[in-house]
Amino acid sequence: MPEPQGIWGRFLARPNEDPVKALGMAGLVALGAALTVSTAATLLEPRQAANLEAARAARRQAMVDALPGLRVVMEEAGVTELQSRLVELESGRVLPGDASGFEAEPTARDAETGIDLPPEADIAGLGRRERVAAVHLLERDGAPALVVLPMRGTGYQSTIHALLALEADLDTVAALTVTEQGETPGLGAQIERADWQALWPGRRIADDSGTIRIEVVRGAASTPYEVDGISGATRTGNGVTAMLRFWMGPWGYGPFLDRLAREGMG
Amino acid sequence: MRRLSHHLTDPLIRSNPVTLQILGICSALAVTTALATALTMAAALIFVLCASAAIISTIRRHIPHAIRLILQITIIATLVIVTDEVLRAYAFEISQRLSIFVGLIVTNCIVLGRAESFAMHHPVGPSVLDALGNALGYGLVLMIVATIRELFGTGRLLGVPMLPLAEQGGWFEPLRLMQLAPSAFFIIGLLVWAIRAARPEQAERPEHRLLSRRGEARP
Repeated sequence: MPEPQGIWGRFLARPNEDPVKALGMAGLVALGAALTVSTAATLLEPRQAANLEAARAARRQAMVDALPGLRVVMEEAGVTELQSRLVELESGRVLPGDASGFEAEPTARDAETGIDLPPEADIAGLGRRERVAAVHLLERDGAPALVVLPMRGTGYQSTIHALLALEADLDTVAALTVTEQGETPGLGAQIERADWQALWPGRRIADDSGTIRIEVVRGAASTPYEVDGISGATRTGNGVTAMLRFWMGPWGYGPFLDRLAREGMG
Repeated sequence: MRRLSHHLTDPLIRSNPVTLQILGICSALAVTTALATALTMAAALIFVLCASAAIISTIRRHIPHAIRLILQITIIATLVIVTDEVLRAYAFEISQRLSIFVGLIVTNCIVLGRAESFAMHHPVGPSVLDALGNALGYGLVLMIVATIRELFGTGRLLGVPMLPLAEQGGWFEPLRLMQLAPSAFFIIGLLVWAIRAARPEQAERPEHRLLSRRGEARP
């Protein structure tokens, strides 16, 4: 057998039980793996982001289509898309500024633009929440005819993202659309199905005393505040309930909705 | 040629990884509600299995015994992540439906099983053929199960209506059970039974026998 040449040859010629060889091989494989993964991730990232954005736009469009009569109302009002507004959640004030391109999660993570939620208030398991959020409105004769609120909450194994549309009374659900989720396929993931989301229109969020009662129940719904749960996905249903209760409550859009009911769009 | 080609053909039916070794069952249940997801999953597994077999077989003489499993898993996981990224970039809609199951190929016993038991001890050519055969065997079972489940569960194949649905005035009432996980167990169970009935040498010997009162084994 010829004498191995160079550092590389001497390295490969070492016995496999040699610690230097073991460490070297581990390092080489790890380096190769890291380079491959980061190259793939970097090269494909723009396409993936474009796909996600297209999917989000399609869901916003689907939400508009899902609301009966909304197209007619929008055509009468002469608008083709819902208007987006920035809202300071704590005070409920509408802020001037451009809401297009607003991203809730990075805003919530940022030290400046997000706040830590106290554990007792954080029923949706978010940890942090943005100070300012984007809401989408359809106005008619100066009054809101429809309010679309983006929300998110922790489900069984993923963060559920949804859009909740409220009618002009700010209490009746016009539609709920799940825009992003990674729940168990075949079970919790059914929250993304149109036939489950079709259960939502007409449900009420709070009773006449103002107590938030909306809930995804196990089995069949019996009151206007209840929605049928999906069998085998109790925890996903509980996640949706907690998400709605958090975002409709005092730490979510509660102050904004109160102000909207009191003062209109101002 | 005959000596090499059996690596490819054996795992298709005779030593099929799913029906003989009962491996890869988890994903076989999860992705077979529709033929399109099953096809994508099979393609992903073919790529991961063949590429990992080629890489591991190439460096097999330099893999230290003590850390061989870690190295194999690292290589397999890298390939799986790349596959997942490519799917999310170029087949976004179907990657949403497959969700975590592409990522779970890392834990698919077929991949690590072929790497550990075959690619570690054989040259690149036979290793890739063996990997391809096993991946195709897995894909074949996925195709069969997904075809039955999609056709009888929804009356469609690849999303194209095949059977006239009762709700549209036809005669076919979709079997909801076919879209739920238990039906995949039933179908795979029936497949295993059919193959073992045709090839009795595959049947496992019973681990226990009932004894008669006199202590003899009953026939």
